[in-house]
Amino acid sequence: MNAIATRNSFIELTARDRARALLDEGSFREILGPFDRLVSPWLPLQGIPTQSDDGVVLARGRIDGEPAVVAAIESAYQGGSMGEVAGAKIAGALERALADHERGIPTRPVILFETGGVRLQEANLGLAAIAEIQAGILALRPHVPVVGVISGMVGCFGGMSLAATLCSTLIVTRQARLGMNGPEVIEQEAGIEELDSSDRKLIWSLIGGEQRRAAGFVDALVADDAGAIAEAVRAAFAAGVTGTYRSAAVELYRARLAAIDPAAPPTPETLRELWGEESMS
Amino acid sequence: MSTVASSDSRGRVWLSALAGPGTAVDGTSTVLAADAPLGGEAARFIAVVPDPANRFPRARHGEVGLDEGWGLAAAVRAVIAADQDSARRPIVAVVDVTSQAYGRQEEMLGIHLACAAAADAYATARLAGHPVVALLVGKAMSGAFLAHGYQANRILALADDGVLVHAMGREAAARVTRRTVAELDRLGEQIPPMAYGIRAYAGLGLLHRLIEDVSAEAPGAADVERVRAELAAAVADIRASGDRDLSSRLTSPEARQGRPASIEVRRRLAEQWDAE
Repeated sequence: MNAIATRNSFIELTARDRARALLDEGSFREILGPFDRLVSPWLPLQGIPTQSDDGVVLARGRIDGEPAVVAAIESAYQGGSMGEVAGAKIAGALERALADHERGIPTRPVILFETGGVRLQEANLGLAAIAEIQAGILALRPHVPVVGVISGMVGCFGGMSLAATLCSTLIVTRQARLGMNGPEVIEQEAGIEELDSSDRKLIWSLIGGEQRRAAGFVDALVADDAGAIAEAVRAAFAAGVTGTYRSAAVELYRARLAAIDPAAPPTPETLRELWGEESMS
Repeated sequence: MSTVASSDSRGRVWLSALAGPGTAVDGTSTVLAADAPLGGEAARFIAVVPDPANRFPRARHGEVGLDEGWGLAAAVRAVIAADQDSARRPIVAVVDVTSQAYGRQEEMLGIHLACAAAADAYATARLAGHPVVALLVGKAMSGAFLAHGYQANRILALADDGVLVHAMGREAAARVTRRTVAELDRLGEQIPPMAYGIRAYAGLGLLHRLIEDVSAEAPGAADVERVRAELAAAVADIRASGDRDLSSRLTSPEARQGRPASIEVRRRLAEQWDAE
């Protein structure tokens, strides 16, 4: 194993280097890369520059010697938003991984979520692709852990927050945020008295990585370090398919919600006590 | 129950017309389920309806909020459990949902997980062999549609100006993109995936059937019978295809016209996946 003495920030890496950092040394092979020129067909019609990978890097390689695919969203392009091509790359990769499992090849899927959700300039085709990504994760999950990572700094929002939470294992850092509606959208739609999106401390206390881990919404909180994240990803695959999923814990969460009084909601701190792992008997 | 809510909600109108008024899923006032015959077998119909007295204030106008997401999951999983050892009955999602609920406690309490739980339940039903059909009768917006309808084997819609599909409500999208609603509508005419109307959506290849000449607001007996026949035909088509995935959204002639890039990405993936 490569022992790394100094911290190597994962957040500061490009999507391509993030994917590389998770794969066994020397095994990285990009597919549908920049030379394929699969760009958004919809952005040029709106005068918006395309990018030759549409903001998603797909890499084949190995994780602990097993075949793998990493889909890494590049938040530096269009906020990591999901357009038709970007979304199809992730959904298509999940579909290929499922086909592999059906013919006995144990391909390990990892998704690096760094996204505001649907790219509004491709609205309905982004939303449709997200539904297909969700379907892909759910079909694959019984065969192999589907591992998601939200490292920051964009975080994971919109329909992609559903996709992330459907992963078998979701790994976050303290710099990650996970929520369905971005704070700005909530303020705009519900008013500043509902949520002041400029109150950074409040936002992090509600949807930041540390809170999400403490309240039981994600599976692992790790440091912003490429080695630590790669280790957590390997551990998730080593644990194998557990068959238990937060998104299928219907009775548990319905009981928890029934005990919440919307007129007097718990604080984020209290929620940690109510829903965190310490609360499980 | 306010009369405004009942006259307001196409979800309630169509659930009642197709399957009777239904009963609210335990612990919710907004997730209604009803059983009714469809094509000679029993089917479960599920709708989300507004409740101006919803205990969560941000989910009073037909939004999918915390109780709604988990309530949908419960309603769908009840069918899966009941049919575990018998014929898998069809599930029809009657879709008229304005958006997901936007709120501070919704985020803290995990609305993303509640909506994911609903999507999980519908996909689990589909993978278990339940024919799942979504019938769009009103708004099918954003995360609410992902939770209620988008995991169906087949999506059907009424051809009506009030049937809208989008990633964000018109007014909110205008504010976020700093455009006027009129500008957004003009863009939608040039760029089909940006349109709200169901005819543009049909052109993308994601719809199985667009049902013409039916009154969406106040359906008559003949309208209801036509829609019921379309639903039964969709169930038969699902069973005949044997598919349990969403691949039909990529194979229709409309999809080849409307979303060729989605198909091309998959074609090249197949080429490059194993190549050294």
